[in-house]
Amino acid sequence: MALTRDEVAHLAHLARLALSDDELDSLATQLDVILGAVARVGEVAAADIPPTSHSVPLVNVLRPDRLVPSLGAERALAGAPAAEDGRFRVPRILDEEA
Amino acid sequence: MGDLTRMTAADIASTIASGDASAVEVAQAHLDRIGAVDPSVHAFLYVDEDGALAAAQRVDEARSRGAALGPLAGVPLALKDVMATEGVPTTCGSRILEGWRPPYDATVTRRLKEAGIVILGKTNMDEFAMGSSTENSAFGPTHNPWDLERIPGGSGGGSSASVSAFMAPLAIGTDTGGSIRQPASVTGTVGVKPTYGGVSRYGLVAFSSSLDQAGPCARTVLDAALLHEVIAGHDPMDSTSIDAPVPAVVAAARNADVTGLRVGVVKELGGEGYQPGVEQRFREAVELLQSLGADVVEVSCPHFGYALPAYYLIAPSECSSNLARFDAMRFGLRVGDDGTRSAEEVMALTRAAGFGAEVKRRIILGTYALSSGYYEAYYGQAQKVRTLITRDFATAFEQVDVLVSPTTPTTAFKIGERAADPLAMYVADLCTIPSNLAGNAAMSVPCGLSPDDGLPVGLQIMAPTLADDRLYRVGAAFEAAMTERLGGALIEKVPAL
Amino acid sequence: MSLTYDDVVARYEPAIGLETHVELGTATKMFCGCATEFGGEPNTQVCPVCLGLPGSLPVTNEAAIRFTVMIGLALNCDIAEWCRFARKNYFYPDMPKNFQISQYDEPLCTNGYVDLDVQGEHVRVEIERVHLEEDTGKSLHVGGATGRIHGATHSLVDYNRAGIPLVEIVTKVVPGTGALAPEVGRAYVTELRDILRTLGVSDVKMEQGSLRCDVNLSLSPAGSGELGTRSETKNVNSLRSVERAIRSEMVRQGEVLSSGGRVVQETRHFHEDTGRTTSGRSKEQAEDYRYFPEPDLVPLAPARDWVEELRAALPELPRERRMRFAAEHGFSGRDMVAMSAAGVVDLVESTVAAGAPAADARNWWLGDLLSRANADGVDPSALRITPAHVARVVALISEGALTATLAKQVFAAVQETGDDVDAVIEARGLKAVGDVDALGKAVDEAIA
Ligand SMILES: [Mg+2]
Ligand SMILES: [Zn+2]
Repeated sequence: MALTRDEVAHLAHLARLALSDDELDSLATQLDVILGAVARVGEVAAADIPPTSHSVPLVNVLRPDRLVPSLGAERALAGAPAAEDGRFRVPRILDEEA
Repeated sequence: MGDLTRMTAADIASTIASGDASAVEVAQAHLDRIGAVDPSVHAFLYVDEDGALAAAQRVDEARSRGAALGPLAGVPLALKDVMATEGVPTTCGSRILEGWRPPYDATVTRRLKEAGIVILGKTNMDEFAMGSSTENSAFGPTHNPWDLERIPGGSGGGSSASVSAFMAPLAIGTDTGGSIRQPASVTGTVGVKPTYGGVSRYGLVAFSSSLDQAGPCARTVLDAALLHEVIAGHDPMDSTSIDAPVPAVVAAARNADVTGLRVGVVKELGGEGYQPGVEQRFREAVELLQSLGADVVEVSCPHFGYALPAYYLIAPSECSSNLARFDAMRFGLRVGDDGTRSAEEVMALTRAAGFGAEVKRRIILGTYALSSGYYEAYYGQAQKVRTLITRDFATAFEQVDVLVSPTTPTTAFKIGERAADPLAMYVADLCTIPSNLAGNAAMSVPCGLSPDDGLPVGLQIMAPTLADDRLYRVGAAFEAAMTERLGGALIEKVPAL
Repeated sequence: MSLTYDDVVARYEPAIGLETHVELGTATKMFCGCATEFGGEPNTQVCPVCLGLPGSLPVTNEAAIRFTVMIGLALNCDIAEWCRFARKNYFYPDMPKNFQISQYDEPLCTNGYVDLDVQGEHVRVEIERVHLEEDTGKSLHVGGATGRIHGATHSLVDYNRAGIPLVEIVTKVVPGTGALAPEVGRAYVTELRDILRTLGVSDVKMEQGSLRCDVNLSLSPAGSGELGTRSETKNVNSLRSVERAIRSEMVRQGEVLSSGGRVVQETRHFHEDTGRTTSGRSKEQAEDYRYFPEPDLVPLAPARDWVEELRAALPELPRERRMRFAAEHGFSGRDMVAMSAAGVVDLVESTVAAGAPAADARNWWLGDLLSRANADGVDPSALRITPAHVARVVALISEGALTATLAKQVFAAVQETGDDVDAVIEARGLKAVGDVDALGKAVDEAIA
């Protein structure tokens, strides 16, 4: 199941992490070890067991459609790395997403 | 009146209420203590001296006006740096949030303030709560007051160290896989992970949403209960918050009695890999409970052996998504924005520079476990194991009222000792993880010093979902018996710093 | 190879599919209490939740769930007994959390249909799913040509729109429409718009982006019964564009195929100015969105009796209404198609309610008044002339107080001033003097 550096590089791209080649190599090795350990979950016969996504037995938690005051542009932008004209300034965007 | 920093939270509150000391005096005493010992412990990432004194001042003013004071009014507290505090730095132990001051308070923060609790500052932690030693903090490790060369547990090592070093009588931790209980265990303090959904997660910077739960850290079971009541309760800002009355934990801590209580020893949590001194103290603890009138039986939870691997799939998967928002666009660190690079490149450079090795490791692991083709074998299967572990608990709780185990397989290890081996580090949470996966309540309470190294050992008590009060009933009874056996509280044995 | 539309239709069979995103008209956002109003100053309708600040958590808006179930019911869907939100993970600067809370394999509504009448033919468009998700923020691209993303030096982001509830309505593939495919596409989106408007769940303003359409299209050799490789055209933001985009994409794919080429599975962008699509991102390498159940939200389990209550409370839907209306007033199928296409069904109905005979109401709205609206480039409902005005004019004509020619002058004056009919007649001295037969003849000429 050994992970290749290319596979780790693909994961790093999906996760937006600009990792160095050294980091990719050491992560590939470490992930092999960790995956080997966690793959043990596969030993459990659980074909007919429903998965648990939430440990609270709640459903239909809804809020009324009622207005709450906004943070306001000034406070919203106070922590921004860069702002311009009341907006968050970000580096150029490559392509439209879905 | 003795040293204000050696008092319990309950005693500090009554001292303030009676006027024997002002809240400002109490706050100042703790700030002085922090100034004296924190350079060697490094429990705090930020000490909010002005904020603390102002909050204390407000309590004193309220008292002089004759206003009713809450049961913890004026009591100082150390807040884990994972909890949002309006206008006060919140870093989660990460470079990527260095200097960020949230524009809002977490619900827990707000409840603490409303209760008149004085927040001294923000405590150190493993970056984004990922770790068991606080060595993964971007701002340097915290040292265990029992032995400064050792880890104070993690991820909430700053909180446990601040309480055990008498810098604060109370602290808030968060527990995703044991991050309250394991640090409590290795620092000789009390730590509680409430039932999932018992304490609001709004404003708790998420590591693993379905597992994270905030809870109290204290030096006594009663203090933990008092804090538990302040922070618990339904919050409409958190969809997973349980809309039910808070279990009567303070009453339970005051009416400690285990006569006739059925206590189950989890067969699977012991044996190979457990330090002999830890196992010895655990056995003695069980005997002590028996001598107090509890009925002890052995209980099997056959799937607990799969809890650790399931956890190391679920938590990284959720974290890979939760941590995506740290992208240099709206807040926090931005690296490499030279006017030519794209947003995508700046995101990747910032995240590479701003996250530490453990965080990156878990993000990559989680990205892998969720990716198409692997989801069913990893994340999907882990969620099924989670169901089986929940069923193990349900079956066990048909036979017994509470379950017990050691909190952690070993006492505090040396700083650096496990740093190079992630798997060795992960094992520290072996006993605590099942309750995170199932969502039920659990506590660690001190059960002595290990004979092999003289370091604290914790007894873990686990109760069913929403039966948090049982933890306090058992914990307080056990604590009283231990104190009597030792001729004083265990925490008094912590070396002077 | 250059082909005409007729050539393409002769050789290939189109299969269309439509994905429509609709911003719901709730007062607040999907997961927080911020306002949804369009056109606010940037970043004035934001909070920790919709900015995706660390520690914030979503809480679902009850009205958004109710509206979505209503849409599902109106589209004849099954309503899930239990379903969850999921996280769709991908990075984009206008998406605050870098995941979108959406629904994946457990949509709220599934398996519905919409019945259409297209040029006298009944067409059933089947609905695959209706699910709920959150909208993204809006970016302003600076430094490039005319606000285009290409060549920009940086972008400015406004998160007011981030977190507005979006309903995504996805059709199954609609085969067998042949030459009518563009009209079917347009009729579907028109019908959908009218249904949503009737339900009162959205203001469905395509020009403000509250209804946005993606068109999937593939061609296969006529009679082959296969499905070809499809393209997904985005940015189709008016009814007319839906029709034009399908038509132009059919011709483009037809030309590719007939010259021996291969249609690439990709995203394309529709340009209003040229009426053509251009290539966007190739979708050959499937995105890996790493969907998983949203742990911050608990499941939805719409109670059956609540769903039935909503079903019982649904207003009369456009098609039912058209059928009832046609039967009541003796309109033919062709009349109904014409009135629907012109968007005057409501106006005719109100005019009848105000006392005018149905045929007169139809004739005026499809005749003089529609021309007037078209000349002004507005929807007939946007005229200052109202059904009450029309009913009054019709009454005066039948009394012999107005001729058709005078009536047109009256309408011109009403449109200009907004005054009522009698005031206009008084002010301008537009009284009829001719005999009744001449009047009738004039009316016939006017609306022929
Ligand atoms: Mg969508
Ligand atoms: Zn908001």
